[in-house]
Amino acid sequence: MKIADPAPLRATGLRTPTDPDNLARAIAALRSALQPKVRANPVKTARAQPDSFSPVGIPRFILGPVWRSGSGIGQDSARPGRLTTTAAPTPPTDRDPLTRRITAIHLPRFAMERWLAWAARQGEAIPDDLPVALAVEGPHGPVIHATNRAAEAEGIHPGARVVDMRALCPNARITFADVAGDKAALAKLMLWARRWCPWTATDGAAGLVLDTTGSDHLFGDEPAMLREIEGKLSSLGLTSSLATAPTHGAAWALSRLGAVREVCLPDQLAARMAPLPVRALRLNGDTVLLLKRLGLKTVGDLAAVPRISLARRFSRADLIANPLLRLDQMMGRLAEPVSSPDDPPRFAVQANLPETVQDPTPHLPALCAELCAGLHAAGFGARRVTVTVYRTDGEVSQVSVATAQATRDPSHLAKLFEGKLDKIDPGFGFDLITLAASVAEKQATVQRRLDGGADDGAELARLIDRLTARLGADAIRRPVGHESHLPERRENWQTAQIAAPPTAAATPPPLHMARPLRLFDYPEEVRVLYAVPEGPPAQFVWRRVTHRVTRFAGPERIAPEWWHDRPGTRLRDYYRIEEQTGRRFWIYRAGILGDGRGEVPRWFIHGVFG
Amino acid sequence: MQCPPPITQTRLLHQRALRDSAMSDVQAQPATLAEVFPETGVDGAATGFALAHIGAHIGATGKPLLWVQDRVSRREAGRPFLAGFPVPLNVIHVQAGNATDVLWTMEQGLGCPGLGGVIGEIWGDPARLDFTATKRLALRAEAHGVPAWLIRRAATASLSAARLRWRIASLPAAADPHDQRAPGQAMWRADLFRARWRQPGQWVAHHDGGALVMEHGGDLPDSGDWAQTG
Repeated sequence: MKIADPAPLRATGLRTPTDPDNLARAIAALRSALQPKVRANPVKTARAQPDSFSPVGIPRFILGPVWRSGSGIGQDSARPGRLTTTAAPTPPTDRDPLTRRITAIHLPRFAMERWLAWAARQGEAIPDDLPVALAVEGPHGPVIHATNRAAEAEGIHPGARVVDMRALCPNARITFADVAGDKAALAKLMLWARRWCPWTATDGAAGLVLDTTGSDHLFGDEPAMLREIEGKLSSLGLTSSLATAPTHGAAWALSRLGAVREVCLPDQLAARMAPLPVRALRLNGDTVLLLKRLGLKTVGDLAAVPRISLARRFSRADLIANPLLRLDQMMGRLAEPVSSPDDPPRFAVQANLPETVQDPTPHLPALCAELCAGLHAAGFGARRVTVTVYRTDGEVSQVSVATAQATRDPSHLAKLFEGKLDKIDPGFGFDLITLAASVAEKQATVQRRLDGGADDGAELARLIDRLTARLGADAIRRPVGHESHLPERRENWQTAQIAAPPTAAATPPPLHMARPLRLFDYPEEVRVLYAVPEGPPAQFVWRRVTHRVTRFAGPERIAPEWWHDRPGTRLRDYYRIEEQTGRRFWIYRAGILGDGRGEVPRWFIHGVFG
Repeated sequence: MQCPPPITQTRLLHQRALRDSAMSDVQAQPATLAEVFPETGVDGAATGFALAHIGAHIGATGKPLLWVQDRVSRREAGRPFLAGFPVPLNVIHVQAGNATDVLWTMEQGLGCPGLGGVIGEIWGDPARLDFTATKRLALRAEAHGVPAWLIRRAATASLSAARLRWRIASLPAAADPHDQRAPGQAMWRADLFRARWRQPGQWVAHHDGGALVMEHGGDLPDSGDWAQTG
């Protein structure tokens, strides 16, 4: 319990003036303020060359202007209702870890607020003055997991045993918490938080972390962005405390222990961190207790201890119990990137709508045009495009289409979404639409034919895209040749969007034996009426019609592939037959009598000749 | 200055019919929509006949062929097997769920001049396959020069705008010169019962070295008689 939640905090315990740490905190602040500035201003490093292909997400470059800022939209992006582009997340550089801006969101009552909203939906509104607590199973009976304000005022605190708290407050209502549901809801909220920046991750059981580097200008500045985030979360009914700082550790600490919506700049980092208590370092309870017993009560105290002593004392400790590593993370000496579950797209545009709507279709052409302009400016083409809508109830719904060739034709992209946007679940409406090229490829501009005709390959690729968008990728297939004598294995039908067009080298050599024009997916068994010792049956029933064999050619024996088939697979003797009406079929006998692999051999029809 | 009067539609069709009748070769058909009605549901003759025409049209250009099937056609009559094709073709196979999707896919394919041809297979008489739908296909095929063949199994030849409407059945094959008991060269009875620009007629068709040969085989016995005598 304690390890999972490194610092069980209580709101009443924060920032009390009678904290005995205060003196040490003041001394540390004074000391750190007197120290000379160690870090120089960040210097922009030389730009690396862009990599030619980025499957998803950001490539390893771009510090300077990218197309998003170059398209002239950034200047007046604060106007509501017009198209704005998402900010380019600047990738981390080794030299300057403190140039990043990390926003940590702490949701102190996430589980409780979720439970209260659920209870309200069940028609059971909980009054504010009723103490409510959620419990989870502990090693010695249930323990308190989350509380509301009334319960907290009664003295119920997380981590305490339920029986004790019942004695303390007999009228408290205590139910079990839905920890897995909370986790899933937090993961959904993490996706929804991509409306503010492209790179988000969950942080503990009740927190989010956002890499908002370069995103703040979309909302004005960083305090305005934090106000916007807090307002949107409160409209979902979630209490939040948040802070922005150059590192994840610092943002975490300030969101839990700092001022309201605190923004910490890189040059204030050391001074701002020094007075915070050591539990701001995301350590487990035992380590915090140990540090207090050692007399190290604030971060500043810890920073003043020589490194080598700390390193020796905590050499074998894990990250969660290692104050030195945590201090390095907080101060940016140890990299701690925001580990998002998936990479953010490199090319994305979004439309901020002034009010919630239910249908994204009218906004799509403008978004496609803007995305394609960006792709064109960077010399890229989209292979997979995703429309994401951010619903007002805190969820995300998305639809994506794929293309066979890299494309940046806005009308083509818009056409691919025809009929697919019905599948998007708008909920009670959404106010933000994002269009992202989640997979982009380098696409050179090629000259088309001089007579104005379109390039054949591109036309065909677009046709495949349209068909795939409507019928699904599995419905459009191309044969890929395979060296096998078994007819059903000779042609391997693969999805046309992926399979390359067949070349002469890839097709297997032509057979000199006659093969049918059409093949059944599964050979159909026939009932033999009149068998003859040699050759095919003289009469058989197939699909309730009696067929009389007039002429036949064969047999052609096709043996099972022992390296591929199961042992016991029987060989096939194929015959090309003609029946009384002139139709020609390809039938086979599975096995021969006495091969020791089954009963009397059965007959199957496998194909139809022209 | 006086302009000549505009060419009317009738006059255009007349010119085209004159030009086509001058061309005796069957392969010199303009790219248009043709319907094929097999005599029975499972008969490879219609497939072979359509493939012979499409293969002659594609020739050495190597353009791909779009092959659309609805689900019932695939289950009842099988899927194309490329190893048995008379000429190697680059096939893109589309498995559509119903006739609406088949018609939509064919229409999309006919708008793409990069295709060498479109073959669609529809089972039965769906309501969506009416005169308007076939007219759309025919006009699109002629506008983009992509031939379209619609194979209709278990269907009645009701109102349609297809320029050529064939009824194809298998005939007993020619004798194999090397094996008396074996069927040899495949023969088909081709019945052109409706045509826009030419005379309807009946032929006996067969492959001859990759090319389709159609001759008036009036003296050939009916298949049923042949089976009884043979």
